[in-house]
Amino acid sequence: MADLTRKYDVLIAGGGNAALCAAIAARRAGSSVLVVEMATKFYRGGNTRHTRNIRCAHDAATDTLSGPYPEEEFFSDLLAVTQGQTDEALARHMIHESKDVLDWLPQQGVRFQPSLGGTLSLGRTNSFFLGGGRAMLNMLYLTAETLGVEIEYDAEVVDLDIDSGMFLSAAVQRVGARHAVRAATFVAACGGFESNIEWLKQYWGAAADNFLIRGTPNNRGTVLKLLLDRGVQETGDPTQCHAVAIDARAPKYDGGIITRHDSVIFGIVVNRDAQRFYDEGEDIWPKRYAIWGRLVAAQPDQIAYIIFDSSVVTMFMPTLYPPIAAGSIRELAGELTLDPDALEATVSGFNAAVRPGTFDDTILDDCRTEGLTPPKTHWARRIETAPYYAYPVRPGITFTYLATRVNKESRMLMRDGKPSANMFAAGEIMAGNVLGRGYAAGIGMTIGSVFGRIAGREAAKNARN
Amino acid sequence: MLATEKAGARPGQHATALLAEADRLMTVCNSCRYCEGLCAVFPAMEMRRAFPDGDLNYLANLCHSCGACYVDCQFSPPHEFDVNVPRVLAQVRADSYAAYAWPRALAPMFARNGLAISIVAALSVAAFILGFAAWHDPRVLFGTHVGPGAFYRLMPHNAMVWLFGLAFLYAIVALAMSLRAFWRDIGDPMRLPPGAWWQAMRDATSLRYLDGGGIGCYNHDERPNDRRKFYHHLTFYGFALCFASTCVATLYHYLLAREAPYPWWDLPVVLGTLGGIGLIFGPLGLFIAKLRRDRVMQDETRWGMDTAFLVMLFLTSLTGLLLLVLRATAAMPLLLALHLGVVFALFITMPYGKFVHGLYRFAALVRYAKEHGAFTAKG
Repeated sequence: MADLTRKYDVLIAGGGNAALCAAIAARRAGSSVLVVEMATKFYRGGNTRHTRNIRCAHDAATDTLSGPYPEEEFFSDLLAVTQGQTDEALARHMIHESKDVLDWLPQQGVRFQPSLGGTLSLGRTNSFFLGGGRAMLNMLYLTAETLGVEIEYDAEVVDLDIDSGMFLSAAVQRVGARHAVRAATFVAACGGFESNIEWLKQYWGAAADNFLIRGTPNNRGTVLKLLLDRGVQETGDPTQCHAVAIDARAPKYDGGIITRHDSVIFGIVVNRDAQRFYDEGEDIWPKRYAIWGRLVAAQPDQIAYIIFDSSVVTMFMPTLYPPIAAGSIRELAGELTLDPDALEATVSGFNAAVRPGTFDDTILDDCRTEGLTPPKTHWARRIETAPYYAYPVRPGITFTYLATRVNKESRMLMRDGKPSANMFAAGEIMAGNVLGRGYAAGIGMTIGSVFGRIAGREAAKNARN
Repeated sequence: MLATEKAGARPGQHATALLAEADRLMTVCNSCRYCEGLCAVFPAMEMRRAFPDGDLNYLANLCHSCGACYVDCQFSPPHEFDVNVPRVLAQVRADSYAAYAWPRALAPMFARNGLAISIVAALSVAAFILGFAAWHDPRVLFGTHVGPGAFYRLMPHNAMVWLFGLAFLYAIVALAMSLRAFWRDIGDPMRLPPGAWWQAMRDATSLRYLDGGGIGCYNHDERPNDRRKFYHHLTFYGFALCFASTCVATLYHYLLAREAPYPWWDLPVVLGTLGGIGLIFGPLGLFIAKLRRDRVMQDETRWGMDTAFLVMLFLTSLTGLLLLVLRATAAMPLLLALHLGVVFALFITMPYGKFVHGLYRFAALVRYAKEHGAFTAKG
C-alpha cells in the first residue's frame, strides 16, 4: 500500500485515461506521483474501460489510419457537433496537442489497430485501441507502475482542503479509514456526475430515474462538487451530456458499448403512445447516434421502441439482447404493452407515406416519406414483412459536461478568473470546456489524453517551483 | 421484457450447457467486437450471427488460449456479464475431443484422462518387461548387449515393426476418423483452395495466434510474455525431430541394411537427441507455465488430460535419452522395455488424449484461412 502520510509532488484523483496520462507525464517529468482510484483494481479506469478509440489530428495516413485528418478539419467537425458551443482557443490547443498524443500514447505501450468490421466509419479520423479501452488502460497502468507511480485502489477523495485557490490536502477514504493526503499539486481527473441520479434529478426531475448509466457507477461527481463549492469556476450546461439510446433491458450501470442499437435508420421509432417523434433517417448513423439519448429522454416515461421488420433484421450489428418478435404489428404491440390500434395506425400511416426509391444504407439515399410528420428523410421503406421486431430503448448516459473551467495549462480557473495556484483538471470533469453540447466519436478520449498529459506536465513543473 | 437470464442468453438448441454458455459469450462478444484484432476467433465470430454447436466447436478449437481477450475484456468476472472466453472455450474444446472420438465407445477415455493414460502406460511398460522376460531367459533383462542388432536380441526386429506398425496404423486411422467427424461438424464440406492449406500451415507452425495480438500471452500477471510459445515450439519441433529420427532409421534399416543402435554422430541419433532435448525442456516448461498461470483462464477439470500428455512426451524423451547414454551397460534391456512401453502407450492413446488438439486446431486454422480469405476477397 502507498504511504499516505508523506507529501507527494502530484496527487491525482481518478484512475482513467486522463488520470493515467497525467500520472505518466508527471512522473516522466521527475515528480513523485500518487494516484487515488475509487474503484477496485478490476473496475479501475472508470469510463475508459468502455472506450474503443481516440480522435487525434494527423497530417498523413499511418499504419492504422487511412488518411490525413488536419487540425482545421477536426476543428470544423467539433464546431458542427457543438453548434459553436466550445472555447475556441482551448479547443484549437487541444486539437494541436492531439497530434503529438498520437505518437505519445504508443510510447506508453498503447497499441492501435486499423478499424475493422462493424465499427463506425471512422478509419481515417479515429485510432482504435487493439483490444479496446481496457487493453489501453492496462498498458497505461503497466507503464505508470514501471515508472514508479504509486497507485491506490479503493481510495476515494471525499473532501478537499483548499485555501483561496490553493490546494493543501485531500481527505482520502481508504478501507474504512480517512487520511489527509498532502501534495504540492492536485489533478482532478475523476469524471463527471452521471452516476449520481439525485444530482441529475436537480435538472431532469423524475425522468432521471429512467436513465441508464453506460459506464462506471463511481462517477458521482464528488470531487467536481467539492471544487465548485470551494470557488472553482463552473462551465458547461449541467443538462448536457453524451447520451445515446440503449437497450431498456441493460443493467442500470456499466452495460458499456454492447447495449447500444444501430437499427434506428432501418425502421421507425415510436414512444409509449406508439407515436413517432423524430426523423429516423436524418443523417448517416455515425453522425446521429449521439442525439437519440436526449430524444428518448424527452419522451413520456423515457422509453421508446425501434420497430422494424424481417427484411432488415441482418443489416446491422448483432445485438446483445434479442429483438422482441411477433407475427403481426398488433401482436408486437401486445408484447410491448403498447396500444395495438395506435401502433397499427402509426405503421400503416408511415407505410402509406413511403415513396419509391433505391435503398442504400451507406449513402443519403432517396427512400423517403411524403406528407408525414415528422418525416423520415432517408432509408424509408415499408414495414410489411412478418415477423415484426422491436427493441425497447432508454436514454443511456455516457458522461456529463458540467465542468471546472480550465486554461491551456489545464489549470483550474477560480470564480474571480484567476488561475489556481496548484490545481489542474483533465478528462470528463473538464470536458464541458470544449464540449458545450453534442458529441463526435472518440473525442472524450482526446480530452482525457491531451489534457491529462498537459495537466501532468504542468503539475510537475508547478511542483518543482 | 425484463432480463431474467444472463445478458446474451438466447433460447436455442445446444447439446450441452457449456455449449449454451459459449453461444451466450459469442453473442456478447459479437455485439462488442473490441477483441477483433487479437486473434482469429473474433474475426471468425464476426462472420456469423448465430452459433450452432459445430461452429462453437470450430471457434473453441481455433482459440489458442493466449488470454488476451480475458485481460482486455471490460465484462470479464466479476462483471455481471461474466465473460470468460478463454476458460469456456477451453472447456468446450476439451468436450469436443470426446465428442468426435473414434470409435465412439472409447470417448469415455477422455473422462479422467490422466488416470486412463497412466494405466495404459503402466500396462504397456509391464507388458514389454514381461514380454522380454517370457520370450527369453529372464536373465536377458540384466545382461549387457552391444553392437549392431543389440536391441533386436531382446525383441526381434520384425516383431517390433509389426507391433509398432499396427499401433501406429491404429492411431492414424482413429485420428483420421475423429478429424473427419470434426471437419464435417464444423460445416465445411467444400473444396479447399491450396492457399488455405499453406496459410494454415504457416499459422500453425509459427503459433501465430498464441501471442495476444503481438505482445505475448497472459499467464500469471499483467505482463504478457512469449514463454508458452517458446516451450510449445520446443515440444512441437522436438516431437517432429524425434519422428524424423525414426523415419531416417527405418530408411537406414530397409534401404541401407544398417541396424540400430547407430553411433552418436549418425543422423538418427543426432535428430533423436536434439528432438529429445526439446521434448524434455518443452513439456517441462509448459507444465511449469500451466502451474503458474492464472487459474481463472484455465479449464481446471482437464488438468489430468493436459498433464498426462506432457508427462508422456517427457517420459518418451527421458527414457530414449537414458537408453542412448546407458545402451552399453546392463541397464539397457530394462530401459529398452521402458522406452518401448512408453512409446507404445503414447501411440495407442494419441487419439484419446491431448494430442488431438494439434489436429483439430490445424483443421480449424484451415477452415479459418479459407473463410477469412473468401470474406476479405468479397470485401
